[in-house]
Amino acid sequence: MSHNRPMTMPSAVSKTLLEHADTNPGSPAVNFQAEAPPTDAPPIDAPRERPMTTIAATAVQPDVIPRADTKTATDSSRAFSSTLGDISCLNPRMQCRDVDVWYADKQAIKNISLDIGRNEVVSMIGPSGCGKSTFLRCLNRMNDSIPSARVSGSIKIDGQEILDKHVDVVPLRARVGMVFQKPNPFPKSIYENIAYGPRIHGLTNHRTELDELVETSLRKAGLWEEVKDRLDQPGTGLSGGQQQRLCIARTIAVSPEVILMDEPCSALDPIATAKVEELIDELRTNYSIAIVTHSMQQAARVSQRTAYFHLGDLIEVGTTEQIFNQPQHRLTEDYITGRFG
Amino acid sequence: MTLPLLLLLILVAMALAYQLVRKQAIKNVGGVSGIKQLHSLPAYYGYYAALWVGIPALLILLVWFGLHDRIITALMIEQMPASLTAEQSSGQVSLIINDIKNLATGNITSGRITEDIQATADHYARLRDIAQMTLWGLIMAATLAGMSLAWRRAKPEFRARNRVENTVLVVMVVFSSIAIITTLGIVLSVLFESILFFQEIPWTQFFFGTEWSPQIALRSDQVGASGAFGTIPLFTGTLLISAIAMLVAVPIGLLSAIYLSEYAAPAVRGIAKPVLEVLAGIPTVVYGFFAALTVAPYIRELGDSLGLHVASESALAAGLVMGIMIIPFVSSLSDDVINAVPQSMRDGSHALGATQSETIRRVIFPAALPGIVGGILLAVSRAIGETMIVVMAAGMAANLTANPLDSVTTVTVQIVTLLTGDQEFDSAKTLAAFALGLTLFVVTLILNIIALHIVRKYREQYE
Repeated sequence: MSHNRPMTMPSAVSKTLLEHADTNPGSPAVNFQAEAPPTDAPPIDAPRERPMTTIAATAVQPDVIPRADTKTATDSSRAFSSTLGDISCLNPRMQCRDVDVWYADKQAIKNISLDIGRNEVVSMIGPSGCGKSTFLRCLNRMNDSIPSARVSGSIKIDGQEILDKHVDVVPLRARVGMVFQKPNPFPKSIYENIAYGPRIHGLTNHRTELDELVETSLRKAGLWEEVKDRLDQPGTGLSGGQQQRLCIARTIAVSPEVILMDEPCSALDPIATAKVEELIDELRTNYSIAIVTHSMQQAARVSQRTAYFHLGDLIEVGTTEQIFNQPQHRLTEDYITGRFG
Repeated sequence: MTLPLLLLLILVAMALAYQLVRKQAIKNVGGVSGIKQLHSLPAYYGYYAALWVGIPALLILLVWFGLHDRIITALMIEQMPASLTAEQSSGQVSLIINDIKNLATGNITSGRITEDIQATADHYARLRDIAQMTLWGLIMAATLAGMSLAWRRAKPEFRARNRVENTVLVVMVVFSSIAIITTLGIVLSVLFESILFFQEIPWTQFFFGTEWSPQIALRSDQVGASGAFGTIPLFTGTLLISAIAMLVAVPIGLLSAIYLSEYAAPAVRGIAKPVLEVLAGIPTVVYGFFAALTVAPYIRELGDSLGLHVASESALAAGLVMGIMIIPFVSSLSDDVINAVPQSMRDGSHALGATQSETIRRVIFPAALPGIVGGILLAVSRAIGETMIVVMAAGMAANLTANPLDSVTTVTVQIVTLLTGDQEFDSAKTLAAFALGLTLFVVTLILNIIALHIVRKYREQYE
């Protein structure tokens, strides 16, 4: 797996580039191809299920890669706060601008701006403690339950601000559902697990409507065939992968617009993971999905856009192909090539 | 005098053995640098020696204290002149033996001292001295033998650690069996007395009779001579008071547990929870006079102002105060169970747009319910067994009533009244206490088993 374009640059060059790029973002910088030996860059762990040719094709399209010429790098210094790449998208469902989160005195995420588009999967990657889960939890205000957490900035869903204290979280969370790292079905029957959300929001009038809703939700989550004969059995009795799909079905049942997934497959085996990923891909046709993952292969497989977080900063955003093939920032590159300490 | 000295000797010998054998083990591998060659750390060889010195010696001491008196007495009786015991009843013989022992120890004797008695007493004293010497000898021998055994075994390949840990295990098993055996002994003693009771009073009367008046006639023509041993009024009284107590304790305890675990800020919780648990630390007799002197009069006045007749000692007063006493049982156990519901359940519910109260009502409470029920059942056993409050606040009259304003009595109170004062153990009145105790024990045992079973079942749910 060789690559046309080398991805690393000597760190001396990158130091000089730092000032350069900040002051003069538009100017073309150094020609790296000349400076960096071609064998220096280990190839990126390419997405398994996508043919290499597609990636190569998109990678050489200059239009697809925003600001490709402003290749910037830093050491681990915190000298920047702006994000590389295009944080916005054409048809945004949610727009986050300058979001800061503090836990007591510690700032967990800094100045994050990111859009989540309609019918797309945005994956958030980054080392542990980089704030990606914190950011995800801002999107449906799950951080409210942490007494020391403070959130500032602006997050809009369909143009409507959600961070305002006067915004009721109940309808918000019905619109922005969440699936957690560990499957957490309620210790109730499979049916009751799905019916829980519709009941508290009063979505159905009759038992038959509820029955239908439960069935459609389970069908959408690809679980109906496996559980239709045992809807009255406890949801905790399912296998891990089934439990996670049950939780997805439970989220779908309240017809959200956005689904947040916080490492949804980290507790699952590869087969269950594959099923959930397949499901995520299908769900994209109806929902916007933001997924936090530690598996870069997973990010590459399921997402259209990828955001790389590092120590509370959003370092780089771009199409998944671009992030994985032509990361603009050295930190991103170090992370996806596995060189990150 | 002898015993403390002996114990001291054993302790010193153990300490000595520890040091010596530990050093020997190190020496056997050629000093500290060779410790790695030892199977176990040197200290384990020391512990091993200490155990070998201490345990046999202590066992000898135990056996000796259990048997020496009997053996010496038997030896002495063998040597006693026949004239002393001839034509005497067994009671008189034991009196003489007592005299002899007293004489030997220099105490006051009851009868005249003949030459024979004096001679036997001398013999007894001699025997005792010999026994004493034997004991010292035996213990010294045992400690020395133990030490030399351990000394010889302090070789690098010897698995001292495993031996020591096994011994520790055995010691712990022995100690935990003491608790179990004691319980068993209590149950058996109550059981045997109850069997005696049921030989005098038919069990049908005991369990189904509606009248309780446990008098036994001293003379056959006495007024009210026949006792009645129907326990239904007692169990009704117990049930009534416990029910009132639970009516107070369950809502208050449960709601405070929910508040503390779900709503309260950590600072509030840090203060409120210990304060609530202080209620469990108040002696029940304090609750008792609080009930009798404060609550009962208040209830009576309140009842009078409403035109109700309230007995000065009422089930209500006792039940209310007992309920207060039990609150910490319910709240503490429920709080634990509610906290044991994983945070992921709360997150899952909140993420679906459920409010805090919906989450508690529909997810947390059902999930915690088995544990809460278990906690409540444990509290019920506590209420049934409670005595002091009821003695002081609910009275002694065995009324068969469901009116909380009446005075009632409970099983435990009757046990207390049956057993206070001088008793004769062949009368049904006294034995009735054991039958009541046994019944109560069985009832609370069943409740506890159910409670523990439910709690255990609940625990398995999230694992």
